Amino acid sequence: MTNPISLHGGATLTINGFPVTVSQGSTILDALNAASVETPRLCFLEGLTPVNACRLCVVELEGARTLVPACSRRAEQGMVVLTDSVRVKHARKLVLELLLSSVDLSLLTADIARWIEFYGADLERFGKKAARAETNHDACRAGSHEALKPGEIGSVATPVKIDNDLFVRDYSKCILCYRCVEACGADAQNTFAIAVAGRGFEARISTEFVIPLNESACVFCGNCIGVCPTGALMPKSEFDMREVGNWCEEKQAVTRTVCPYCGVGCNLELTVQDDRIVKASSPRDHDITNGNLCIKGRFGWEYVNSTPERRGSGEKE
Amino acid sequence: MPPAEAYGVASFYALINLQSPCRRTVHVCDDIACRTRGADAICNDLEEQFGAEGVRREDSATAWHRSPCLGLCERGTAVFCETAGSEPVTIADAASQNLVHLLLHPEIPVPRRAESTFPGEQLGTSLPLLSRAAMPPTPGIDAYRFAGGYLALRRALQIGPEGVLAELTASRLTGRGGAGFPTWMKWKAVAEAVGNPRYVVCNGDESEPGTFKDRILMELDPFAVIEAMTIAGFATSAEHGFIYIRAEYPEAAEAIELAIKQSRSHGMLGSDILNHDLNFDIEVRRGAGAYICGEETALLNSIEGKRGEPRTKPPFPVQHGLFGRPTVINSVETLLNVLPILMYGGDTFAESARGGVTGSRLFCLSGCVSMPGIYEAQPGATLRELIDRAGGTPDNTPIHSVLVGGAAGSFVRGDEMDIELTPEGARSAGISIGSGVIMVFDETIDMANIVKRIARFFRDESCGQCVPCRVGTVRVEELIERFFKPGADRDAEIALFNDLALAMKDASICGLGQTATIAIASTFSRLRMNSATIT
Ligand SMILES: Cc1cc2nc3c(=O)[nH]c(=O)nc-3n(C[C@H](O)[C@H](O)[C@H](O)COP(=O)(O)O)c2cc1C
Ligand code: SF4
Ligand code: SF4
Ligand code: SF4
Ligand code: FES
Ligand code: FES
Repeated sequence: MTNPISLHGGATLTINGFPVTVSQGSTILDALNAASVETPRLCFLEGLTPVNACRLCVVELEGARTLVPACSRRAEQGMVVLTDSVRVKHARKLVLELLLSSVDLSLLTADIARWIEFYGADLERFGKKAARAETNHDACRAGSHEALKPGEIGSVATPVKIDNDLFVRDYSKCILCYRCVEACGADAQNTFAIAVAGRGFEARISTEFVIPLNESACVFCGNCIGVCPTGALMPKSEFDMREVGNWCEEKQAVTRTVCPYCGVGCNLELTVQDDRIVKASSPRDHDITNGNLCIKGRFGWEYVNSTPERRGSGEKE
Repeated sequence: MPPAEAYGVASFYALINLQSPCRRTVHVCDDIACRTRGADAICNDLEEQFGAEGVRREDSATAWHRSPCLGLCERGTAVFCETAGSEPVTIADAASQNLVHLLLHPEIPVPRRAESTFPGEQLGTSLPLLSRAAMPPTPGIDAYRFAGGYLALRRALQIGPEGVLAELTASRLTGRGGAGFPTWMKWKAVAEAVGNPRYVVCNGDESEPGTFKDRILMELDPFAVIEAMTIAGFATSAEHGFIYIRAEYPEAAEAIELAIKQSRSHGMLGSDILNHDLNFDIEVRRGAGAYICGEETALLNSIEGKRGEPRTKPPFPVQHGLFGRPTVINSVETLLNVLPILMYGGDTFAESARGGVTGSRLFCLSGCVSMPGIYEAQPGATLRELIDRAGGTPDNTPIHSVLVGGAAGSFVRGDEMDIELTPEGARSAGISIGSGVIMVFDETIDMANIVKRIARFFRDESCGQCVPCRVGTVRVEELIERFFKPGADRDAEIALFNDLALAMKDASICGLGQTATIAIASTFSRLRMNSATIT
């Protein structure tokens, strides 16, 4: 039995054989961070309420029947935690393989790519993924699903939703980490324009009755884009450039500045390619904005690209 | 609630219709017990004579769906029928009904199905749990009182909350909903919690395929459920109770609602019950078509009007339950045991101890048995005894296998009939009793068909929250489909299955994902389904 309270109010855990002490209210993840043990994670993001959904961060806890999620499990005095046991590695590998088998992870981050390599996740372990679907999951009744197609394995492929000029939603890339829903809801924006709908493998992020975003409560703050780990949510500017093959990260530089619109002083990170702004985001480590912006800061930079001196020679004549 | 969230909640439940409304919707159980009683033929018939599943027919404005277990397995094939403008009803023995006619003529009312009955041998006997339910049904509070109702509550009022907890502790009663957790520990934790409100919740969601005991108890002994919940409220100082009843149990919900109303008007619910300082009332909450809402934390979320997604534990419901408050949650059968414990004493109850359990249990016999139904048995009964009581297989066809514990349980072979149905007996056989399901398959049954249905069940009922279960159940369904194809590389599929099963067991959030592979695994390990046995 572990004792939830130690004498000094914090907790001392044993992590892979070494003692680590963390303050009261910390999670196992905090302890792992303190011990400099890297923990792969997809749904957890500093500043958002943990939803424990991806299960990539699981660790082995002595005395527990199953593995436990490091991101949300409170650290308790005397816990004995393993992060590199056979069970942990197996579960993490399978979680990655299950995602790779069903989701388009072509835009994954360098971190995710590294974890895939580290855990030896096999991309086609379960067979060939279905090609991009023409049907969509939005109409699926809970508790039922389309018949299996012989030789194909089910995927979340669905047409890209392009229903406004500011950002697109490609739920073929969605791992259902719930981050966008939290950012749109009580954790940041308090707009509640999107939610998880449906059930099981047919669960998806949706507006009410799948209405277009511009008819929904959405205020186009783009904070959902800021937290999406897979590129499922993407500014239209970036999406359009990628579509025609113009998006070129080697040619890009990121400049930190302050949003010019109001007095709050939100930090902006402007991605610039070929002397033009191609995307605006906000650093999550900034204590005013925590990665959040409003529609003006996130999308209101197009005018910079179209001032007369920027419009190119045709305009100057 | 913001509209997107409301849509998210509504679209979580199979029985909330978000498409054009139907005048009548017929849900035909094609789950495993009903498959032994002609469900496939009924579905094929509907497909041919009415149209494809899930497609609304414009002329009649009606539709039909295949459904997971409707909890009427002893009288399958079961049907749940919704008709616009009237209360839904269930239909037993659908093979003898003309479903196509009901679908083409939604104006024709569907008659109420006959009351549940008991396998005859149990009538008139003094069984601790079934004695009242097994009497010819005389509804009403007076009949309940006449049959010994409220003796337990009166005793509770005499001995006080501490006395009730002491009796419960002495009885060593464990939960009958599947996990087998000591009931007194839950009650004690809530009794000792600080602050109000706190809640008593009765889990009447009963959706484990093959389980139908709680339905029969709620239909035929509703006052006992209410009395037991009142005692739980008294022991834990909770003044509010909720009974969560699955949508597919309209008759049970009606019986409970009626009993609540009568209890209120007779002063048995409300304030100053039996002139004591006891205030307790109960509200009914209905499910809407989601197996996962039987999981206790999903159930609490569902009562709160949210998607039925299980919560991460800890914290447990006794600390952080309904609306974040300390909550006792027990299944119907568990609660009913509280009555004999208080009437005859916890020590007397515990005298029956055997194999790690005290008190009798209800077993749900279904599939290929002559007299399917619920059977009450003392600890120590073997699988063979129960199957014999249910009359064995029709025509004495040899038993191929028995599914013990439901879709989340295990198959055992026809030659493993001596397993003792106690936690220890089950453990030493490498199985668990779960919700008391005993589903018999004789040698005429196509087991591939049964295993495929189990794989589909978990895929369709996963809440979708966590990756191992959300995607894992899909991969398992596909794997099982491939496995039974001629020329399959079965050894490779079993190896892949074992990898999946381990991760799902270890890394899923809740019991659904953790147990979704157990029954299928047992078909490989115990029934020895592999390359050598399947052609
Ligand atoms: C997927 C899943 C489904 C469950 N369904 C039910 C159910 O339908 N009825 C029930 O009583 N318990 C069900 N349980 C068990 C409950 O979570 C819980 O353990 C039980 O209600 C506690 O009551 P008890 O202690 O009286 O058994 C289910 C558990 C899981 C994981
Ligand atoms: S842009 Fe803002 S308001 Fe719109 S869905 Fe994203 S987070 Fe919600
Ligand atoms: S859209 Fe992105 S942020 Fe939202 S759930 Fe999917 S992957 Fe997560
Ligand atoms: S194990 Fe399955 S049912 Fe349980 S929380 Fe995870 S996805 Fe939902
Ligand atoms: S990061 Fe912990 S469960 Fe996703
Ligand atoms: S009612 Fe059909 S399987 Fe239970």
